Amino acid sequence: MKRYLDHLPPLSSLGPCIALLVACLFFSTQSDRFLSGENFSLILQQVMVVGVIAIGQTLIILTAGIDLSCGMAMALGSVVMTKFATEHGVHPYLAVICGLMACTLVGYLNGALVTKVKLPAFIVTLGTMNIVFAITQVYSGAQTVTNLPDALLFFGNTFHIGQTNITYGTVLMLGLYLLTWFYLRDTAPGRHIYAVGNNREAARLTGIATDRVLLNVYMLAGLLYGIAALLSVARMGVGDPQAGQTDNLDSITAVVLGGTSLFGGRGMIGGTLIGVMIVGVFRNGLTLMGVPSVFQVMVTGILVILAVATDQFTHKKG
Amino acid sequence: MKLKNRVALAVLTMVAGLAAAADQPIIGLITKTDTNPYFVKMKEGAQEAAKAKGAKLLTAAGKSDGDNAGQIAAIENMIAAGAKVILITPSDAKAIVPALKKARDQGVMVITLDSPTDPQNAADALFATDNFKAGVLVGQYAKAAFGDKPAKIATLDLFPGHPVGIQRHDGFLQGFGIKKGDASIVCMQDSFGDQAKGQTAMENYLQKNPEINLVYTINEPAAAGAYKALKAAGKEKSVMIVSVDGGCDGVRNVKGGVIAATSQQYPLRMASLGVDAGVDYIKTGKKVSGYVDTGVMLITDKKQKNIDSKDSAFGLNACWGMK
Repeated sequence: MKRYLDHLPPLSSLGPCIALLVACLFFSTQSDRFLSGENFSLILQQVMVVGVIAIGQTLIILTAGIDLSCGMAMALGSVVMTKFATEHGVHPYLAVICGLMACTLVGYLNGALVTKVKLPAFIVTLGTMNIVFAITQVYSGAQTVTNLPDALLFFGNTFHIGQTNITYGTVLMLGLYLLTWFYLRDTAPGRHIYAVGNNREAARLTGIATDRVLLNVYMLAGLLYGIAALLSVARMGVGDPQAGQTDNLDSITAVVLGGTSLFGGRGMIGGTLIGVMIVGVFRNGLTLMGVPSVFQVMVTGILVILAVATDQFTHKKG
Repeated sequence: MKLKNRVALAVLTMVAGLAAAADQPIIGLITKTDTNPYFVKMKEGAQEAAKAKGAKLLTAAGKSDGDNAGQIAAIENMIAAGAKVILITPSDAKAIVPALKKARDQGVMVITLDSPTDPQNAADALFATDNFKAGVLVGQYAKAAFGDKPAKIATLDLFPGHPVGIQRHDGFLQGFGIKKGDASIVCMQDSFGDQAKGQTAMENYLQKNPEINLVYTINEPAAAGAYKALKAAGKEKSVMIVSVDGGCDGVRNVKGGVIAATSQQYPLRMASLGVDAGVDYIKTGKKVSGYVDTGVMLITDKKQKNIDSKDSAFGLNACWGMK
């Protein structure tokens, strides 16, 4: 127990938490519908796809990298798993695995180009973003895939806690956050991610196989995008080749709001979950208040700048 | 007024507003984007109608055309906010269907504005332009203008698989009296309804086939792009552009001779009819169903014989705003 108490986050990283709490307090005074289990379950459902993508994004940003291809990889995964299951007659479970593999492959491609060809992550993923987008459009004929088997929709199903309906997808997302938390905190490969992000050369000199760590991170992130694809399919009930178009920037927004440094090596996965929730809470709360959606976009922009400014400020002092 | 008084007044107004809001019918309007003037007009129409009927209007939009997830979240949030009626312009005709089903299962009436769902009966009703007819009108106009002169046609369409784009395109072909794959169609490409993409596509068309003399465009921004490309190539006088949409900028381009003719549609009317039907449903429980044609009119300043049309003065007066 004491061990975990020692690991309590420093006061400065409580910023995102406070922002989320203040936002919730504000919205609960504005709409009597805001503060209910049903509404929070709804917000969690709405953010679960970006939420899982943002886990992968966090891992990559911790290594001082970035991934612009995540949304497109997710869209590819969703089209692969739905088309395999409906048109190619593959068993739904197997189709899901094929989708996960397609996404992991995109991650492998990113990782290989970053480590073996030594290209900057920004450029690599900018390239793969376009390549994967084009492949997805061609493969799907830009058509939405419908009439899915129930197995693919499982994570969109709900169960009850009291009066509240909760989707299995939400539980999966929260579970993944918990797993990642342990992974980053209590395992050697997890700690290596921080080491590589802090100073790649120093990490290499201490005997960490930095290229292997990076490659693993990109592949793991790819796998996570595949899981996000499964959640997206379950949530929307279709395989959508147009999905994920803004998810790269949305996931980076969440990571930054959560206090993870874009320069690598500093940050926590719990912060990302809070960052994801902040965006979801604002979108939901402002809609309940009847505020037009352009202002929601504006608020997100202001929050991102505030978050980075806070990061700069505390970093200089600390 | 002192600051304190101002604050007090603001609080009072808010409280009064909330109290008045208690029994107000709530209607949600979800458009494809916030930035396209067409949807801005639609929103204005809905807001005016809601004000007149004493209803509260919630609005939301996708981040970009094709943002299905954003529209789904908007539907859910609006239902959470107490909306009993959702007016929506679906970004993806097929992908939105499961979300609409969920909403309707909860007793929400769904009216699609401007573009249908696939299948169309996934919503209670559709208030829209007859897009096929809109295409036919400009096709007939072009045919009357060309007569027996051979046409080399380029089309700037919407994007792959979109029903509105397909209906207008097919309507244009029928109006012009040709079938798909006709030899007179020399170029076909998607412009995404965007001026810059329309211009690029037209520039490339002219490289491929300098003889083009008739351009059909999905909307007037694409037409404006095509015109810029034609002008740069010195062909703006010898090539006819016809379009669909009827926005104010578009009609100005008809007046200025950039576009020969355009089919004008009326999003403001779609929205106000939608709000009226919505308030009616909330008050009486009476649903609307099926397709309601919100009208289309050919706008041109170079009238052709036997083709019914109005001039740009009428078009400017009615651009997207006629009720």
